[in-house]
Amino acid sequence: MGPRALALVYTTAMQEIPINTVTSANVVLELIYRLKVKDVMTTDLVTATKETTLREIQQIMRQKKITGLPIVMGKRLIGLVSMDDIIQALDKGYIEENAQQHMSRNLIILEDDMPISFAINYFDRYRYHRFPVLNKHKELVGMITNRDITTALLIEINREVEELEKRTRRAEGGILSNEMYTYYIMKNDFENAGHASTEIKKRLKSAALHPQIIRRAAIASYELEMNLVVHSDGGQLIAEYGSDRLTITVRDSGPGIEDVDAALEAGYSTASEWIRSLGFGAGMGLPNVKSVADEFEITSSPEGTTVKVSINLGTIKEEERTDES
Amino acid sequence: MRVEALATVKEFEAVYVADGEREISDGYCGDLLSDVMANAPTSSVLLTIQAHKNTIAVASLVGITALLICNGRSIAADMLAMAQEEEISLFTTDLTHFEAAAKVLALLEGERAGNR
Repeated sequence: MGPRALALVYTTAMQEIPINTVTSANVVLELIYRLKVKDVMTTDLVTATKETTLREIQQIMRQKKITGLPIVMGKRLIGLVSMDDIIQALDKGYIEENAQQHMSRNLIILEDDMPISFAINYFDRYRYHRFPVLNKHKELVGMITNRDITTALLIEINREVEELEKRTRRAEGGILSNEMYTYYIMKNDFENAGHASTEIKKRLKSAALHPQIIRRAAIASYELEMNLVVHSDGGQLIAEYGSDRLTITVRDSGPGIEDVDAALEAGYSTASEWIRSLGFGAGMGLPNVKSVADEFEITSSPEGTTVKVSINLGTIKEEERTDES
Repeated sequence: MRVEALATVKEFEAVYVADGEREISDGYCGDLLSDVMANAPTSSVLLTIQAHKNTIAVASLVGITALLICNGRSIAADMLAMAQEEEISLFTTDLTHFEAAAKVLALLEGERAGNR
């Protein structure tokens, strides 16, 4: 039998997951988008080659207590032998033959930097017990099972709930004192864009601050949040509330701003036509942030951009005072 | 003027009225959301063609009371849902920004004149 090309199939079209992405708890949604397949998968791989016999594979499965074995050529995944394949081999009497002729070649794979929401969706959709995970060089780097996901989610949810409990205790009474919230913002996630800013605004409102100050904080956080959605590969927005100052830090993992000075000039934009058609990318984001902030710092390199702004919560600006009259 | 006054203009169609008695004291035209963010007055009606969810987010953040979607653009279901959640009134019109703004201004000015 001649070598057949291995068909790697993966679809990114619909990302259905068993919970509602609009009304579900943000902590849980953030988790399934923030956690990547590579954070959850098993990297301690047990593999076989196409020359390995199905009998040997069966023994490895029994010893290692696994139900599917990836077949590799170097780092490249060429097939998979599952428990079903073994049962069929026993049934049809070819258990002594090697993996090459009998392994499954039409594999559904996941990529290591996909969010685990993809993996959850795949388990739902394809009913397989495991998926091989490839990195961007198409090398096999891990395997992921439902159990890996359950375990990782339990650990993370436990951590988040502890964090939430701590915050709730602190937030009681509406007074701001050393609270910190981190929001994870995904690239091109227009669906949830504005969530972090809305939360920040609500928090400031509950502390009964001056409306002009709340407005400036909302502008700064929204523009920074949208920058992450539109321009970055994803990142985080951290809001730190002190008794007299709000500090918002956004940090992304690239690709960096080529010309920071230009980006601070009104009208300079690198946004695509599509982004512009949505009303973003007019080149006003960073200039807007700068104009509403009391302090503004930016650093950028291809590894990532960090913007840190502070807004004094106690004092309003001179022009805001005249606005009031 | 009140939000419900917008419903009296025959070219405007009320899609969702959060609270008809809420006050609108100003207006703003803009399709660039950053510009809206920076310059739209609070308690205003925003005239725009950006009929999507992100416009609601912006409106909510800067305290815009109502949106008037111009040029006959239709409103997506998720935008309406978010408007209801954030209690921002939604109107549509086939008029352009310019024509619609004239109507809104007439309402605002008519009221000011009446108050004199």
